[in-house]
Formats: sequence, C-alpha cells, structure tokens
Amino acid sequence: MSARDNILARIRKNSGREGLTTGLELSQVRTHIARQERGPQPSIARDNPVARFIQESDRLKSTVAEVNSLADVPQAAAAYLKQNSLESPVVGWPSLAELDWIASGVTYENRLACGEDMVGITDCFCGIGETGTLLLLSSPTTPKLHALLPETHLCVLSKARIVHTMEDAFQLVRIERGELPRATFFVSGPSRTADIEQTIVIGAHGPYRVHIILTP
Amino acid sequence: MHFKATSSMKLNDAVLQAAMKKTKGKFVDGRAAAVAEIDVWQEIRTHAAALRDRVINNLDAYLIEFEQKATLRGAVVHWAETAEEANAIIVGIAQRNAVKIVTKSKSMVSEEISLNDALEAVGVEVVETDLGEYILQLAKEPPSHIVAPAVHKSKEQVADLFEAAHHRPRTLDIPSMTREAREVLRSKFLGADMGISGANFVIAETGTTLTVTNEGNADLVTTVPRIHCVVTGIEKVIPTLEDFATLIRLLPRSATGQNAANYLTLTTGVKQPGDLDGPDQMHIVLIDAGRTKLVGSDMKEMLRCIRCGACMNHCPVYQNVGGHAYGWVYPGPMGSVLTPTYVGIENAGDLPNAATFCGECQVVCPVKIPLPDLMRKWRERQFDQALRPFSERFSISVWNAFATRPALYAASTKIAARVASWWGGKKKRITWLPGLDGWTDGRDMPAPAGKTFRELYARRLSQPTRSDRS
Repeated sequence: MSARDNILARIRKNSGREGLTTGLELSQVRTHIARQERGPQPSIARDNPVARFIQESDRLKSTVAEVNSLADVPQAAAAYLKQNSLESPVVGWPSLAELDWIASGVTYENRLACGEDMVGITDCFCGIGETGTLLLLSSPTTPKLHALLPETHLCVLSKARIVHTMEDAFQLVRIERGELPRATFFVSGPSRTADIEQTIVIGAHGPYRVHIILTP
Repeated sequence: MHFKATSSMKLNDAVLQAAMKKTKGKFVDGRAAAVAEIDVWQEIRTHAAALRDRVINNLDAYLIEFEQKATLRGAVVHWAETAEEANAIIVGIAQRNAVKIVTKSKSMVSEEISLNDALEAVGVEVVETDLGEYILQLAKEPPSHIVAPAVHKSKEQVADLFEAAHHRPRTLDIPSMTREAREVLRSKFLGADMGISGANFVIAETGTTLTVTNEGNADLVTTVPRIHCVVTGIEKVIPTLEDFATLIRLLPRSATGQNAANYLTLTTGVKQPGDLDGPDQMHIVLIDAGRTKLVGSDMKEMLRCIRCGACMNHCPVYQNVGGHAYGWVYPGPMGSVLTPTYVGIENAGDLPNAATFCGECQVVCPVKIPLPDLMRKWRERQFDQALRPFSERFSISVWNAFATRPALYAASTKIAARVASWWGGKKKRITWLPGLDGWTDGRDMPAPAGKTFRELYARRLSQPTRSDRS
C-alpha cells in the first residue's frame, strides 16, 4: 500500500465509508464543482465598479491616472516618471511596445524584466472594482516578473475591463481563456510588510509603487 | 518546558510584553473595521463553514479530483503520511536535481515537519524570504504567530540580528531595515534552484495551488526557480474558484484587517510552451501527519481552519503570553486544539486549559469553528484518561457530586457563602484558603456577600414591587 492509498483509506474509514472511493462519489463531487456556486455577495460589490476601483486603489496606495486613449499612455507614463524622479528605461510587455514611446521621451525595452530594472510596465487581463485589484494572466507575451521585480510597476487597464468581483473575473477567464494559465496573479497595491513591530512599510520584495493608467 | 512554566517566564519578559501590547490594537481594531464594511459577513461565514464541511465530509473524493487536475497540468502530486515521509520526498527532489539554494515563502506546514533542518542536513542552503521568517531564521527561533511570525521581536533585536548577518551600518529606521532585507534577499531569489511555498488553499476544480502574501516573496519563490515545490496539508482543498473568492473575503480581513491581501498567486502546473518565466517542475506534497485523525471525529470542525490567526489575536491568554509559551508550531486557541491532536494529549498537557473560555475565538473565527467546545472536549479526555493532577480530578469529582444534586448544592452553597463572608473579615477580601495556596498566593478574592444568588433571586421574586431597587 502506498502512502496515498493509506491516507485515502484512513479518510474513508474515519468517515464511516467502506472500500475505495466510488465512481458515484467522484461524479457527485464533479457535479458540485460544475455548478460554480457563488457565495453571498456584499452590497459593496454592486457599486459602480470603475468608481469603486479608483476609490479602493487609493486605499491600497496605488495611484491612478486617466487618459483619453491608449495612444496617450506613453505621455502619461512619462509624466509619472518625471513627477516621481524616476528614469528610463521602462521594461515592458510586447503588447505595449508598438505605442509611440519615442515621442514621449521614454526608452521602452521589450524584453523580460531582471533584478536591476527600476520600472516595469504591463497591461492586464481585467480589474476588480470591489477591491481595486489588477488581474494578470501569464503567457509567453505576458510574463509576471515585470509586475514583481522592478521598484515601480505601471499598469495599463481599460475601464471597460473593470468587473465587479473576483467571481466575475474568474467567469471572464473561463469565457475568454477556457482555463487558468500557469500563473493567475492578483495584485492589490504595492508590496508591503508589517513584520517589524507591526509598522506598515510600503515596499517589501515587490514594487514600492503601483501606478494604474486607465484607458476608456 | 510546560505551558505553565514558560508562560510565567513570558509574563516577566518586558520586550515581549511591549510587543504584545502593540498587536492588540492593530489586529483587533483593524479586523473590526474591515469586517464592518461587509454587510453580509455572517452569511459569508456560514457559507464558508458549509463549503469547508462539504470538503471535509468528502475529503477522499476532493483530493482525488485535485490530484487528477493538477497532474493534467504537469504537476507531480506526492502523498506523505508523516513528517518524516514528507521531508524524505522533498530532500529526494532536491538531491535528484542537484539543488544548492532553496528560497522559501512562509509555510506553517514546513514548520510542523521541520523541513529546513532536513534540507540543511544534506547541505542545501535554505533561505526564508518572508521578512518575519527571515528575522527568525537569523535568530534561530520558531515563529510565535502563524501570520506575523516575528511579532514578539523589537526593532532593536532585529537591528542586532541584521548587523551581525549583513555587516552593514546598524539602523533602527524600520523602512531602511526592510529595504536592507530586500537588497540582501534579492540575489537569493534570483539564484535559487528550487522554491518552496505552502498553500493557503488548493483548488479541486483546476488543480491549482495558491499563496496569499503582502510582500511579494511567495510570488517570486513560485516563479523564478526552475523547480517549485508546494508543501501543504490534505485539508486545504476547496472545490471551486468561486469558493476561493468567498474565502478571500474572510481571510485577510480576519488576519490583518486588510480588505485585500496584496498578492494572490494561483499556480496551475508548470511553465507552458513559450513562457519566459515559471518552473519546469512542480511538485505538490500533500501531508497527513495527524489530520486524518480528525476526519469523522468529534473535533472534525477543526479541519475547516484557514489559518488566519484571528483566534489568537483575540485571545486574552495569547495576548499576554505570546506564541512561544504554547511550545509548538500552532499557538492560541487553534493551537490548543491542534497540538494535542498532532503530538498527543499526553505531550500537550496544559494547552486545553490555557483558555478563559471567554468565547471570543469562536465569535471571530471566519469559518465558525467552535473552539471553546473543542478545547472542552480535550479537557474531558484529559479527565477521563487521568492525565490531570490528582488534586484537580478530586476537586472536579467533588464539584460534580454537588452540582448534579440541586438540593444538596443549594444547602451547601448557603453555608459556604456565609462561611466565606465571615472568612473575608472586615476587609471583605479572601487572601488565603487552606489547601488552595496555589490559587491564593497570586491573587485575592472579594468575599461573597453572605447570601447566594438563589436566595437573592427568590427574595426578588417574592417582592416584585421592589425588584427595580434590588
């Protein structure tokens, strides 16, 4: 008997069930899972998702800037860098490489982020209004490290892609992607810790700053 | 050392007492404010308790389903009956892959099985990356809290540890200390061959394991190294992504008073073709180590636990003695129930008694675990197995003889109340009782008024018009 068999046998014995797990029991579990039943939804989840997203981002110490079109993103990024005395290059995903970075004066490097990079820029799969959260899905063109290693993470998000809740976000993943990618990454503000004397410090192992550029 | 001895030592530790005072406000008030924003908090708790029960009552089927889904995505699922088996599996993975450096994100299960010792014994360098765990690794101490492991340390103590380990100028500025740890650990994150994480939950629907953190360390640990190894208990499985959404409304609010934890990383299998980051190998070690003993037992509700720490944050005993006094990995009320299960009641003597039964732990528990009831069950077992001292068992037997005979009880308390009132003298304080020095040495009691509650109540009933004055 393997450890697996022993553990499963003990579970069954202590639950008062005979023999091995039956096909019927497994199919009942699958039927329950397939129902994807949602739990009680708090009324804050019914707020206007864009307004709530902006409000929650502020509480999380993310900053938000709105622009009129995707083409305005490089200028908005340049303004943010200047305001915070940050410098190029920004290392980003291929999806944003085609924007007119030259005119904005920002050097854009379309490659994987490394430990020394100071500014990373990504877009994201969707935003969640309830908690001001960004959802990033990993793929060959959307590696997660850009949002983790640099001290500053700029994230482009379309207001049309802000859903109410995490349940809505998962449903969108199921509809548009079919299944979860390797990394499903929810980001709620810059990294932080309170491990020394309960003092909250913004900036632990992830970014010190998260700046969200909202497009229509 | 036993709880009684360690706890009195902790009560006299000035640094610890200062640290514990701080936690109370932050954890207790923070949680209350975060919970108040959710109008259906109780409904969510009820739903969460039910979904955890659904899994616990069909644990074998949910584990099989999880294993199938995880395997389909390229993860290897291992099963370990004991701590030793789990360590052997993980050491084996490290050795087969010539692993030199392991980065770890916080995992209480790995503390439970002493994984770091097992890896270090075969020459693997293990680096804890959660700031609190890193501090404790330098101090060579176990965590004292399941969410805030170094809550008992002062910044001066941390500065001493950093100065000795980093050879940099000493600072007491907490943001600078945090940056120093970030800089020192960055090269470890990028140079590690294997990342080890725990799992807050594993999801049967998708074969996913997931971590909840604020620092971003677990997210690097699960992304950068070529091997990712997850160590977790068999009870962590939940059915669906929707269930995760429900539980994550409860977990950070209960733990730290946050509406949302900074990072939720759901990892599903290995690097996909073309991916630039992510591990080539993913191993998931599902550990029993005592958990199946709870399945189907009269304490099975304990398996619902989502390790938020709210029970200890709100426990008047924990608030005063800290986590180390409890002697093992899990402190506070949840530890007082789990430790006797995992290490044996005969090795955890005082723990079920380290409670005032104020009931706050059950009130704040996000998955409604009846913690006082479960601790009471351990007390009953200790009594039945004659594991408590003779004097205690004798006293309880005497109490039992009176308390189950109402007439005898009424008559004897009538006498006792009068004797105790007389014994208290003019000061109306009882400072010494024959044979009970252990109790009266440390405390005085106000003397009773001379009449029992029943007598006063009977009088009040017979004089209804004066009831508002009595």
